[in-house]
Parts: sequence; structure tokens; C-alpha cells
Amino acid sequence: MTVALPDPAAVREGLRRFNYLADDRIAQVVFLADRLGKPILVEGPAGVGKTELAKALAAVAGRRLIRLQCYEGLDESKALYEWNYKKQLLRIQADTGAAWSELEEDIFSEEFLLPRPLLEAIRSSDPVVLLIDEVDRVEVETEALMLEVLSDFQVSIPELGTVVATTRPLVVLTSNNTRELSEALKRRCLFLHIGYPSVEREKEILLARVEGLSDHLADQIARLVRSVRNFQLKKPPSVSESIDWARTLLELGVEEIEPTTARDTLHVLLKYQNDIEKVSRDLTAARPDTAGA
Amino acid sequence: MLGLLTGFIEELRAAGIPVSMVEAIDAAEALRFTDLEDRRAFKATLGSTLVKNARHYEAFETAFEVYFALVRPGPGDDADAEPEQTRQAQPEPSDGGSGGGGDADLDALIEALRRALSEGDQGLLRAVARRSVVHLAGMEKGRPVGGTYYLYRTLRRLDVDRILAELLEAAGASPDMTALEERLLREEFEERIEDFREEVRAEIRRRLVADRGREAVAKTLRRPLLEDTDLMHASREELARLGQVIHPLTRKLASRLAQRRRRGRRGRLDFRRTVRRSLSTGGVPLEPQFRTPRPTKPEVFLLCDVSGSMATFARFALQFVYAMSSQFSKLRSFAFVDGIDEVTAFFEAGSAFEVALERVGSEAEVVWLDGHSDYGHVLAQFWERYGAELTPRSTVILTGDARNNYRDARGDIMAAIAGIVRAVYWLNPEPQAYWDTGDSVMSAYAGHCDGVFEVRNLRQLESFVEGLALPRGRIGGLRTEWKPAEFR
Repeated sequence: MTVALPDPAAVREGLRRFNYLADDRIAQVVFLADRLGKPILVEGPAGVGKTELAKALAAVAGRRLIRLQCYEGLDESKALYEWNYKKQLLRIQADTGAAWSELEEDIFSEEFLLPRPLLEAIRSSDPVVLLIDEVDRVEVETEALMLEVLSDFQVSIPELGTVVATTRPLVVLTSNNTRELSEALKRRCLFLHIGYPSVEREKEILLARVEGLSDHLADQIARLVRSVRNFQLKKPPSVSESIDWARTLLELGVEEIEPTTARDTLHVLLKYQNDIEKVSRDLTAARPDTAGA
Repeated sequence: MLGLLTGFIEELRAAGIPVSMVEAIDAAEALRFTDLEDRRAFKATLGSTLVKNARHYEAFETAFEVYFALVRPGPGDDADAEPEQTRQAQPEPSDGGSGGGGDADLDALIEALRRALSEGDQGLLRAVARRSVVHLAGMEKGRPVGGTYYLYRTLRRLDVDRILAELLEAAGASPDMTALEERLLREEFEERIEDFREEVRAEIRRRLVADRGREAVAKTLRRPLLEDTDLMHASREELARLGQVIHPLTRKLASRLAQRRRRGRRGRLDFRRTVRRSLSTGGVPLEPQFRTPRPTKPEVFLLCDVSGSMATFARFALQFVYAMSSQFSKLRSFAFVDGIDEVTAFFEAGSAFEVALERVGSEAEVVWLDGHSDYGHVLAQFWERYGAELTPRSTVILTGDARNNYRDARGDIMAAIAGIVRAVYWLNPEPQAYWDTGDSVMSAYAGHCDGVFEVRNLRQLESFVEGLALPRGRIGGLRTEWKPAEFR
């Protein structure tokens, strides 16, 4: 089961093949998660590739990706399982002569169960990667639903008994940190914070993700984006936005970023009018203090 | 190894990071799969198993650097550090403050540093950092200092700022360089200098540990976690970092104040939709449909003391206002000293915090007479101007130390406000023991508030927000145990 990932270097190499550039830390944590059979809780600002990590991981390990997108109001019938009661009703109506006890056993069988992502990941006969996306969006109460799955890899269904995983899924949870997750959840996970990448790594990411991008332009974009992140902005540009920006510049046939081109395409990078104004004002400003030099 | 690990976990706990038993076991387990020779992998392993909050990572890093400073591998790293130390053993004690290492040496170091910075050569940078500490820091054995002093000394002698200026000059010699390019170049160099600082810091730490042992050094380097930082005396830098982590909290506050009915999430029965749905199940209304109730929009009046005595806290409070304004559609914020003025417009969505802060300072009319806090007058003014806009749906949150400069407190107005609105909360950044001492008139207001809270750090602010989750009927239970002194 763990053949695909013999050591951290292999994890890194594998992820790279699927265009995900992991740093040492990410590779190490992913490797540990695989070895210890523990979920990874990935936290960080939006658009730094948290979800991408899970996708790339699935590709590397050659597993199916099962995704549970969290949202406020998510409950067990959407996350774990649900009884298909329309079908159950039909079953009852179709067979009026049968004894109740027989019928009861029949309608609470797997045939009438609608598995939702968590149960599906547990029941799957091939190993899977389970992605629980934006787990910070659900309420604390719903979070508790996942605990059984995350620590014991099993789901208890009152009418059926406990479904235990035959193969351990690799679990990745992502969080934008809009709220503090419960201690119980955190304790069960390996914690991985992904921040904005260094200039070198961002450049590599750009080169890997944007086909036909020249080395020079990637370098310029990465440095400029770093610079923009240093501003006090409402929403600093994420990696995905810098990739979009690179694509835009490429489409426009830009080879060298001039302040004017940068200013005209800033709206790809920044999403708030105030941020755009602030940065473009600075980009076009005259050269400070050393004007005479 | 296990002994070292338990020692390290002890240190993390002492620094305030909660490490549970299970996590400690996980860490030990994870180390079995970790290449201990690889320092970064080792750090990643400990970090991911022991620290579950990004805010605690910095404290973790400090502890890690101290605890595992000596086991630092790297080819030839310790090998060449050794002879250096012995070589320096003689001249160093006589070094004193004058730094007699010789100007030739210093010039050579500066030259090497400049080269390392302009070429971005990490290896050279590290070597220069090591040598500079040896030559310039003038470290004395056994002195119980944290190392900031040595860092300062080292960097001052090297005059890093001048090197930066020179580097820029050298690189930006071409006159057709745009402001943009210059800016990028400057940031590039600044980042490398930051790297250099980090190297120097690490080197100093390494030597301190060698001198005094890891427990002692860890203790001197220990600093309160971000959530325990005293808001009245936080540094600029700490405030900036607090500003970044405050967003999740305001979101939570927004949802707490909305008082969504948790149990009865389903509203009234939607008869039409239920019947329509029942058609697919042969007329049996199997799935009753409900109208989802609309969450009430919380209406918040936030009043912040921005007087001189509250300067640091006020900055934090305004950061809080700024963060909150993106979460609440009906937030009205006010700033006051001895007069009150509405500042809602400054914090409107999209405006930058620094700009908003400046406008509060320059445009808001918060001074009435002399610029000394006068809560009584502020309340009177608030009541007169905005009192009519308060409704039973409003929540009023006040932040301030209630130090009234011996003026009339006007508790009666507070009572009138509290009589209208849903709740009044007072957040006081002073330690509870100081309330009602000197010119503090906390008790004149406390009786009318639905809750008075000591909010000296982020942790306390969090517990205030947490506490708001109590069901409405029990909100009185929120009130702190604090009782006004008898003699008031």
C-alpha cells in the first residue's frame, strides 16, 4: 500500500511529476501521513494550493479522489450516509404480503443506503484519497461527525452496525482558518501550514503550470508578486492569481513587464478596487530619492 | 533522543503551547520514520505533530533552534567552528567593548558580506555570519542575556544599512532603471539581509546554548504567545500580527451576535411545497418542507476610547473595528476621547487600515475640551446624537479603561442606553485589580452592562466572543464575578 511513497524525496518527486511543487516540509508531512495513517490538516490563505495538494497526491498514489466540500449547514445525511426512503417506501408498497420482520431487515440493508463521501471513502475496496475541503466552514457540531472517521476509519450506522475501512484512506483536510477548529479534530491530524511560497518556488510553480512561459518573465512575475504581497492589502494575491496573471501576460504577448503593462493587468492579480488603486499608484510613481543619480 | 524530546515538549508547554499526551506519542512515533540527519525533515516532523496552530509556530521555532542547535548537521559545519572557537579564545576576553578585532578584519568581513548579499550566496552568508559573531559580538561567557544585545552589536559594527545603500547604488547604476525595478531590487536585497540577520541570530543562539545549556537559554528567549501579548503594551510588530489573526474572531463574533436559533433551524411548515413534494410519493407527505427562517442581522454600535493613555490598545481596537466592518452589514463605529464622533465611513469595505487610522486621527472630532478622557460627556453626546437610532436589536460594545479624570461618570445615561438595546458589553484592557482604583469609574457603568470583561490579550477577547454563544436567557451568567468595591 505504501509502495508508491517510499521516502520523502519520492513524495516530492512524485508530486512534481503531477505539477505540484512541494517543499521539504510538505513532502515530509505527506510522507508521515502515509506512514502513520493519520489525516493531514492543511491550513493557509486561499489559493496557495491546499486542494491541489490533495489532487496531486491522489494522482501520485494512483488512488481515486473522493471529495467532501464543506459548507455551513452540512449534516450527516450529506456527509456520511442517508437512507433512500423513497425506495424503501416503494419496497414496502410493492410487497404488502411479506412479514414485517423480514421486510424490516430487507429495507435496512445496504441496497437502500445512499453512501455520502465519508462512508464512500471507508467502504471503497481500493485505497482512496479523501479530501475534506474547507472544513472550517462547518459548525463545531458537524465537525464531531468526522472524528470517528478520522481516528478509527469507521462509520457506525445504527441499523447496520459498524462499517470498518478495509483499506486506509489518505485523508487531507483543508482549512482557510476562518475559525479555530476544535482541539479534538486537531489532535487527530498532522498539521501543515502552507504560506505564500518563496520567490524561487513561486517561479518554479509558474514555469510548471504555465506552458510557454519564459524563464525571465516567470522571474519577473514572481518578484513582482512578492513585492505586491508586501503592501498592506485587503487581499494579497495568491499563487493561483499569479498563475492567472502569468497566463494573461502570455496571452497578451508580453515579454518584459513594464509598469504600464503591469498596471493595465493588475485586475487579474487583485480583486479589490482599493488594492488596485494603491498598487498601481505605486507602480507608476517616479523613482524615489535617487532621481538625480 | 527520547530524553531530548521530552525536554523539548516540556519547553513547548512552558512557552504556552498546549501539547497533549497523544501528540507527544505521535511525535515519538513519527520520528521513527524520519531521517534524523536531515534537520529540515526533523523539524517538519516535530512541527506537524506537536504544533497545531500557525500562531504558535514562531514560539516552536525558537524552542527548536535552542534545543536542537548543537545537533545541527551540515558538512564541515561543526568541524570548522571548533578551531575558530579555540583560535578566538585568547583575544576575545581582552576585546571588551572597544572591539579590537582589527579594522582590517572588519573591512574584510564587510567586503565578504557585500559579496554574499549581491550574489545571494547562502554558504558565504552563513560563513560571514559565523565569523561576524566571533569577531564583533564580543560575547562574554556566563552572562544571562537573551542575545538581542549581541545581535545589535554585531549588526551595528557591520553597518548593514550602509551596505544596503551601496548595493543599491552599485546595482542601480543604470539611469534608465524604472521605479518598479528599483523597488524589486531593494526588496531582493532586504530579504537577503533578513536572511543574514537570521543567520547571525542562529549563530548567537548556538553559542549561548553551548555556554549556558539549552534550558537556561530557552527560558530567557521565551516570550508570551501572540494571544497572551498584553494589548496595552504590545509592540508595533505584534499589533500588526494581531491584526492578521483577528479576522476569524470577528467572523465568529458576527455569527454569535446573529443569535441563530441552533435547535429550531427549521422554520414554519411550508404547506405548498410539502404537498407538491408528496406527489412523488403517491400523496404521502413523506418529506415535510419548511421555510428557513432568515437570520436576524445583528446591529452593532462599537465605541472605542482612542485617548493617549489607550494609544496602543486603541490601535488594536481600531484593527478590530476594521476587521469587523467586513463581517457586519450594520456596524457603526465611534471613536472618542472627551468627545465622540462616528468613524464608520472611514472603515468602509475596501479602505486600507492605515488610511482609516489616519483619518480617525485627523478628521474625526474626538476632542471636545482638553483631550483628556471624559466618559460622562462622551455618553451624553452619544445619547443626544445617536440615542434615537438605538433599537432593541442593537448591541453596544464599549472599549476603554473607564478612567474618567475625576469627572462626572453619568451612569444614568448608561442605564438609559442599556434600557433600550439588547445588550451592552464593556471591554476593559486594564487588569481587573486596577478597576475602581484612582480615577477609574468602572463600577458606575458595570451595573448597567450585560457584561464587563477584562480584555488584556487576544485570548481574553476570544473567550469573550466564545461566551456570547450562551443562550439568550443565560446571558446574564456571562457577567464577570467582579463586584464593585463597597466604598463606592
